Amino acid sequence: MTFYIIRRLLLLPLTLLGISILVFLMIGLLSPYQRLATFINSPERLKGADIDKLVEFYGLNDPLPLQYGRWLKNIFQGNLGWSYVGKEPVYDALVERFPYTLELALFSIFPILFLGINLGVISAVNHNRPLDHGLRIFSVVGWSFPDFVFGLFILMIFYSVLGWFPPGNLSLWAEEVVKSSAFRSFTGMTTIDALLNGRLDIFWDAFLHLIGPVLTLTYVQFAFILRITRSSMLEVLQKDYVRTARAKGLDERVVINKHARRNALIPVATVSGQTIIGLLAGAVIVETIFNRTGIGSFMSLAAQQLDYASIMGGTLFFGLILVLGNLIVDISYAFIDPRVRLE
Amino acid sequence: MNRETRRIFRRLWSNASAILGFALLIFFVVVAVFAPFIAPPPSGRDPYIMPIVTWSSNPLPPSPEHPFGVAGKRDIFYGVVWGTRTAFRVGIIVTLISTALGLLIGSVAGYFGRLWDEVLMRITDIFMAIPFLVAAMVLTTILGTGLDKVMIAMTAFSWMGPARLIRGNILQVKEEQFVLAAKALGVRDFSIILRHILPNTIFPVLIQASMRMGSLVITAAALSFLGVGAPQGYADWGALLNYARNWMLGGQGEALKYWYMTVFPGLAMVLFVLAWNLVGDTLRDAFDPRLRL
Repeated sequence: MTFYIIRRLLLLPLTLLGISILVFLMIGLLSPYQRLATFINSPERLKGADIDKLVEFYGLNDPLPLQYGRWLKNIFQGNLGWSYVGKEPVYDALVERFPYTLELALFSIFPILFLGINLGVISAVNHNRPLDHGLRIFSVVGWSFPDFVFGLFILMIFYSVLGWFPPGNLSLWAEEVVKSSAFRSFTGMTTIDALLNGRLDIFWDAFLHLIGPVLTLTYVQFAFILRITRSSMLEVLQKDYVRTARAKGLDERVVINKHARRNALIPVATVSGQTIIGLLAGAVIVETIFNRTGIGSFMSLAAQQLDYASIMGGTLFFGLILVLGNLIVDISYAFIDPRVRLE
Repeated sequence: MNRETRRIFRRLWSNASAILGFALLIFFVVVAVFAPFIAPPPSGRDPYIMPIVTWSSNPLPPSPEHPFGVAGKRDIFYGVVWGTRTAFRVGIIVTLISTALGLLIGSVAGYFGRLWDEVLMRITDIFMAIPFLVAAMVLTTILGTGLDKVMIAMTAFSWMGPARLIRGNILQVKEEQFVLAAKALGVRDFSIILRHILPNTIFPVLIQASMRMGSLVITAAALSFLGVGAPQGYADWGALLNYARNWMLGGQGEALKYWYMTVFPGLAMVLFVLAWNLVGDTLRDAFDPRLRL
């Protein structure tokens, strides 16, 4: 167990280094002038400066390995360049926006797991009955729905027609309160900050703004969890220990909830890493459609405006989160399933 | 209901979803093949660029002339029909190339093992460490917009799935008697992989490929939707939905008036992806009895 964790931790810097090389190679496809953007940390430095001299100064015509070393050193100093989209250094822009994306992911992961696991169990218990088929249709349609199509439908119905869940982060009045000095920011996540500040009205407003994106992410993502739960539950239900449990006269509910479901959840834990990936990638689309702040919408805006410094910084950031997220999932998985430790 | 009837119903059901999948797929193939007759392009122009039909940028509701309405000065029906071709082209080309690439990398890693395996699998991990949509988006913006760039970018980041799958399968098959026999007879490594191992592991790869088609088409459309994929006016479902985006956020209560901008291209996408997912599901059930349960 300890050995497994140590091995994973040792591999972590290697993977991160690999990601940095990959990102650098993509930057290498740009011309030296475009590459310059990922080095300059403030727009003043570009004003009236001789671009060719700057290219020379940063050695952007040097051999690639040399440039890579310099670029990496730059990154370790937290210098990811100047973001035109954010109008601030890329590093600051990412750190500022990350809590919004995290908040969205946190609010989405619970309904995804709750619905996916429970409906998956129901589906397996009612194997091949109409309920199972109904859930299968429901999930395969959800799985086939591109998030931007479903998001547009949600927006059309719940915002335009019903007027319940508006796009954006907050209503105007709440935005003013949050920006004022009386409102203290602890986490950067509006809902949690609002609770800590004792402002239930702002919490409610932020919550209403979250429902649309959360609904979208949930419907598009839960089908995957449902499928995994269903098939693993079907397998477990045929195991001898389930038959034993039934044979000794246990209540069917206890058999399913205690004996079968717990064991069926092991594969679900493995794929939750993929769900994290799905939520992060989904944030790019969902934040854009619902006009929310976050690294997802930041990335899509940067891509549209060819803001290379922001794009590359954001990619590194995404890679970092993903690798850390997967590490946490894998380690917790080793705790859940003793068989993993043997590897 | 007695057992036999239930069984018949069950079989019918499992066929029903398969029939639906194949029927949808055939429908889309027909639309793609006969696109020039269903929505004739103006002569002498690139048929993949949706022709401009009005001068006002306001959307127009469906009418006999424009059955799906007009968005961004362009006929939605025309875009949906020709967008089918775009979807097939992107999906098939990217799936084929990335699967071939994955087969190559996975076979080398699985068959030669040791250092090859370690290095190639770590590289695979690194490519998987960036969310697919983000990676495709970034590489497309670097290469410059255009459908060919989108396809290159998506191929560069979608070979990992087949590579891992084929590696795992080869590790399983490698020690089987027939491979050892071929080795003992002095068959070259290359032919062992190509003639003896791959045919025995190819089905899961094909099933995975058909399941991947859907997500690839979604990603390509998502890039167009975000405005970094297909060029302006290109017949692409994502690009059509992009026109709808601003009108959805626009006036409250008004948006339902513009339902046709979202519903027609959106429906085309959902059905297309659904078709591939159903077909993939059916293939998987047919070839992998373990999952039938």
